[in-house]
Amino acid sequence: MKYLHLIWSALFRRKTRTLFTLLSVLAAFLLFGLLNSVRQAFANAGQSVAGASRLITISKVSFMVALPKSLDLRIQAVPGVSDVTYANWFGGIYQDPKNFFANEAVAPNFFDVYSEFKLPAAQLRAFAATRTGAVVGASLASKFHWKIGDQIPLQATIFPQKGGVNTWTFNLVGIYHIANPQERGQENALFFHWKYFDEATQFGGGSVGWYIEKIAQPKDADHIAQAIDAISANSDHETKTQSEDAFQASFVSQFANIGLIVGAIMGAVFFTLILLTGNTMAQAVRERIPELAILKTIGFPNGSVLALVLAESVLLLALGGAAGLGLADLAVSAIRAHLGAIPMLPVGLESWLQGLALMALIGLLVGALPARRGMRLRIVDALAGR
Amino acid sequence: MWRKIGYFLLLTLAAVVPVIVLVLLPVWGILAAAVALVAWLTLTRTGRQARSATAVAVSTLPQRIGSSSVVVIGIAGVVGVLVALFAMADGFRATLQQTGSDDTAIVLRAGSQTEINSVLDHDAIVVVSQEPQVMRDAHGRPIASPEIVVAASIPKKSNGIDANVEIRGVGEEAWELYPRLKIIAGRRFHPGLRELIVGKGAAREFAHTRIGSVLDLNGQPWTVVGEFDSGDSHDSELWADTAVVATTYQRGSSTSSLTVRLANPRLFDAFKAALTSDPRLKLQTQTTRKYFAAQSEGLTKIIRILGTTVAIIMGIGALFGALNTMYAAVSTRTREIATLRAIGFRGAPVVVSVLIETLLLAIGGGVIGGVIAWVLFDNYTASTLGANFSQVVFEFRVTPALLAEGLKWALAIGFLGGLFPAVRAARMPVTEGLREL
Repeated sequence: MKYLHLIWSALFRRKTRTLFTLLSVLAAFLLFGLLNSVRQAFANAGQSVAGASRLITISKVSFMVALPKSLDLRIQAVPGVSDVTYANWFGGIYQDPKNFFANEAVAPNFFDVYSEFKLPAAQLRAFAATRTGAVVGASLASKFHWKIGDQIPLQATIFPQKGGVNTWTFNLVGIYHIANPQERGQENALFFHWKYFDEATQFGGGSVGWYIEKIAQPKDADHIAQAIDAISANSDHETKTQSEDAFQASFVSQFANIGLIVGAIMGAVFFTLILLTGNTMAQAVRERIPELAILKTIGFPNGSVLALVLAESVLLLALGGAAGLGLADLAVSAIRAHLGAIPMLPVGLESWLQGLALMALIGLLVGALPARRGMRLRIVDALAGR
Repeated sequence: MWRKIGYFLLLTLAAVVPVIVLVLLPVWGILAAAVALVAWLTLTRTGRQARSATAVAVSTLPQRIGSSSVVVIGIAGVVGVLVALFAMADGFRATLQQTGSDDTAIVLRAGSQTEINSVLDHDAIVVVSQEPQVMRDAHGRPIASPEIVVAASIPKKSNGIDANVEIRGVGEEAWELYPRLKIIAGRRFHPGLRELIVGKGAAREFAHTRIGSVLDLNGQPWTVVGEFDSGDSHDSELWADTAVVATTYQRGSSTSSLTVRLANPRLFDAFKAALTSDPRLKLQTQTTRKYFAAQSEGLTKIIRILGTTVAIIMGIGALFGALNTMYAAVSTRTREIATLRAIGFRGAPVVVSVLIETLLLAIGGGVIGGVIAWVLFDNYTASTLGANFSQVVFEFRVTPALLAEGLKWALAIGFLGGLFPAVRAARMPVTEGLREL
């Protein structure tokens, strides 16, 4: 620690060069922070604690195919299932197709099973009492400036009402919150009564999109899933039951191989960065050879000279990298606040740890060659400028 | 103080304006500018001075090869990532845009945005098919294909995980309606049988799609009898007879959509008017070109925004790398430059020589990045979730236009990275420069 001042002044010996290098490092780690946030959002899809204790039953054909409502009671009777709820994808549009958000018709006990969707008790009672009631997530409500009591018209894309009317109007009676910031993406949804849907829809009534089972013991999930699928084996509506995590992971993987794309970009970024900072460090050491020789003359052992140069390059990376990640942190918060439903997670501890490890690794890597040169130089030659 | 600020503002303006012009300039404009530069270099007196100053600068390049490679590789990284991401967006858009045409129209239920959400009943299909604008085949039958679109879960070859594939039931007139479609192996399906033909994209991505394989669709066995190539997004689908698909999925006599060939693209407005004014029908229609182009908009935009953001941030990193390198280059050549100035070279030739050197390095980087992206990603196959909740297979396209765009970025970064060091080189006091060791 006592050499910090020495390292610091060595680093800022050429202010412009160090500043430019720092800015390059900053850009690289800014990009790392942003892309990592996207990657994590996709990788973590559905990996919630609650998700592990829930199973999803969809039609074996495809999740677009509906299941009969009569399965409800039969699934309820499967040992290990503590609660069953169901939902139907509605696919309505609010004003413009660009305003996409999930909207589903759900069973009365939906919010019991999804207990992480926090809804005040009074609003929950109001929802139960209102036939055309709807509940939305806090993020969605703030995006469209909805408040309780508002009427929300949705244009049906799949299910017109009886008589061919395409507009369904819901009364907003509740707004739910999700405490965990990593799962807040699920606040972009609207839920209304399956019963109302069933009564009013022109077709598709009496059927359910998918069932969600709450199970007491996550370790029994496989047995329970098999037991549920056995109910409709060999019928015309065979089912496929899997944990909510597995369901969402398979859904996300259909979009694209996000990990591969992000990995390729970051590979290119860090390859360039290593070359760039490596060049700066080589220049810095080359210029300072006489100074390093003096350090050795006054008694610094080889190891200390090596350590000084390595520390300098790690410090360079750490300063630029921390600033870049910090900036990414702010940028992600700002983007999430303004754009809402964007697949990005806050730059959390994991990203910071990965980033710090990368800074140390790249710092050591680019410092290695110049540091070895500094360590090996012969005092007489170096002082003579040979 | 004020002079210094004024000078800095002027320099920034001198840097920003050409970059904006460069970005807006079409390819021929850049070529014209290059020709003008060469003409200036050979014809005028200052131009010839600049040429010899550049020759000196370039001849010393090998001594600075290590640090110069930072400019090249930094810019190669930016251009490579930019071209690869844009190639993905362009490939996806091209695949969907080719799918449609101006002389075929798709009819959906009013309010539905995609075929999978739409339902048409039998009566509507008959009425629409008989509209006078619909072209007729040699036997006098309207060229109209009632189609059912359903999604089936089939494991992917790459990871064995189930993904959705689109099953499209098509009518008897489909072969007339899609003239580009060619059977490349096996044969067409026979109407009335549970037989499938598989698109070449789907055949590549999904397991159990070889000719002779039996697929389980809604509990019934279906045989793959042929493979087709249509060169568009239908390549990601499996095709069968509408009537048989309807039975398998209990659709009765309803279908998802109706696609018709119009006798003439100009008749579309009349066709649309006929449909919307008929009180029996609650339908909407679009040309298939519009319908499929709209499906590519969202994803294409997202990828383009992502590509631009990443390239800008990487570009900033590469820019500072280039600045570092060029400042170092100028400072190692201090005496050289001062000597040039002492024997009568003006400032402009010195500025130009440093700029040209940087631009040459930048072009090298741009070419390397573009070539890497082209080698790795041209025709690279990927798939994503399309509008019908099924996989759409598409190929990355590294086009000449994209490579030109990549070179523009390279030139812009090179220009910014070279200008400031160049001006410093020209403003250096000659006497001090000559004294420099």
